[in-house]
Amino acid sequence: MQCTIRKLATLVFMVSTLALPVLADTITVKGSTTNLPIAQLTAEEFNAIRPDIVISVQGGGSGTGIAAIIDGTADIGNTSRFMRVSEWSNAVAKGVLPYNWYIANDGLAVVVHPSNPVQELTFTQIQGMYAGTITNWSQVGGPDLRLVVVSRDTASGTFGSFKDLVLDGAEVTAPGALFQPSTAAVEGTVAATPGAIGYIGLGYLNPRVRALAVARTEAGPFVLPSIDNVVAGQYAISRPLFMITNDFPTGAVLDYINFILSDAGQRLVLETGYVPVRVLTR
Amino acid sequence: MGACAAASLCALGLIVLFLFREGLPVFRTVSLGAFLGGRHWFPTSEPPSLGILAMILGSGLVTGCALLVAVPLGIGTALFVGEVAPPSVRNPLKVAVEMLAGVPSVVYGFFGLMIVVPWIQEVLGLPTGQTALTASLILGIMAVPTVASIAEDAVAAVPDTWREASLALGATRWQTLRTVVVPAARSGLLAGVLLGMGRAVGETMTVLMVSGNSPMLPPMLGWPVRTLTASIALEMAESPVGSTHYHALFAIGAVLFLFTLFLNVVGELVGNRIRGQA
Repeated sequence: MQCTIRKLATLVFMVSTLALPVLADTITVKGSTTNLPIAQLTAEEFNAIRPDIVISVQGGGSGTGIAAIIDGTADIGNTSRFMRVSEWSNAVAKGVLPYNWYIANDGLAVVVHPSNPVQELTFTQIQGMYAGTITNWSQVGGPDLRLVVVSRDTASGTFGSFKDLVLDGAEVTAPGALFQPSTAAVEGTVAATPGAIGYIGLGYLNPRVRALAVARTEAGPFVLPSIDNVVAGQYAISRPLFMITNDFPTGAVLDYINFILSDAGQRLVLETGYVPVRVLTR
Repeated sequence: MGACAAASLCALGLIVLFLFREGLPVFRTVSLGAFLGGRHWFPTSEPPSLGILAMILGSGLVTGCALLVAVPLGIGTALFVGEVAPPSVRNPLKVAVEMLAGVPSVVYGFFGLMIVVPWIQEVLGLPTGQTALTASLILGIMAVPTVASIAEDAVAAVPDTWREASLALGATRWQTLRTVVVPAARSGLLAGVLLGMGRAVGETMTVLMVSGNSPMLPPMLGWPVRTLTASIALEMAESPVGSTHYHALFAIGAVLFLFTLFLNVVGELVGNRIRGQA
């Protein structure tokens, strides 16, 4: 008898889990891997208070996120850069009106191996490293150690931001520069290579690598990447992160975005190591 | 069975069609010569530079050096399994080599990144262990099963009467192996090498993880290197569908396809010749 009840309960449970995706609203979020930790955490928390809405979060990169909105294959496109002119015109030509929601900030940290004694660099010095004119740490006041330049792949949004914000639009031309498929791979390579320099999102900073203070010019001020410095607009290598929708959204998508922009959502942004869009009262 | 064959042929046909349909539009932006011989690969620049010479040479270097590992090991294994080893050793060894082929390439890559890369970095005193050499070593091991299995078939196809005749004439087993079996199986061994080459040139995940992906000219063993396959895997996810960059990546795919097709056709022709002889 008990066995029958258990079977029945199992059956009811199975049927209800099968039925759940049908009953719930599903939001598809696709795009930049930089936004991914934010999207994942906020989706989880949002689902806890609104179980009727299921959010599916996928990566793929900023270009993919924007393309997904243009093609209508996602409800929200994640991007860590602003849309390009070609993407705007492509969208408008297809009758899509992209609405860019400013949901968080990302600061890029320039990182080195923890054993490296160098503390600060100017943009000019970093540019020299990525262009191949600086090949040894002794050229910037460090030890006699061959420089290993580490970059994200040139198609990624993270590289795009670094190129615009630090390299002044130049490409990475240093011979033997390592190109990594993910931020985690950049971090891992820098952590394993004494002579390495790389760049990663603030959300990925950890004690395995050390962040440098950076300044646009020798005159300074040299500023360390930190949440306060980014919010205050003091830190030079930072950028806004966007979620893109087609037109102004309604229903579940609007509810989700309003949640991210609320104080509770922005605290989650802070929790993932990114920087909120405004200073939060604690 | 005929339907199955037709289905796989159909799939191949569609893949080829798609590859070229998506790849050819890149030549509206860049000429074939500038694509194959261009020294710079800056696909996201305005305007983009779409030269894949560094990657062609990178793939060539890594594949060539991988063969230096795979050919001696693969053919040595085949000769040992087919000619020397007693049955009690032969079967476990064959299973082991087959298992080598069954290990997912991402596992090879992970092993390479965690173990081989730091080891190369330390032993050779290089600034980074993500080099062409590292990729070659691991790819070489990965290509051993391909080379070994085809070489083994080739050796097995040599008629026993030839061996018996050689031994009867007073030749030792080593002399028989060297002067009768290997020359007779020559074409099949070559086919194994060519197909092993196809395996190495097409491998993606492992190379992506351990080679540093740097489009260097000229590529050098102790330096990072970028292969054709790694370029596609690295950038495909981020290139917007229909962009020049996207078409360029498909064109790289077409180049790879033509190269492996060439290797397979030559490998098959050479392989058939040995079967025809024997």
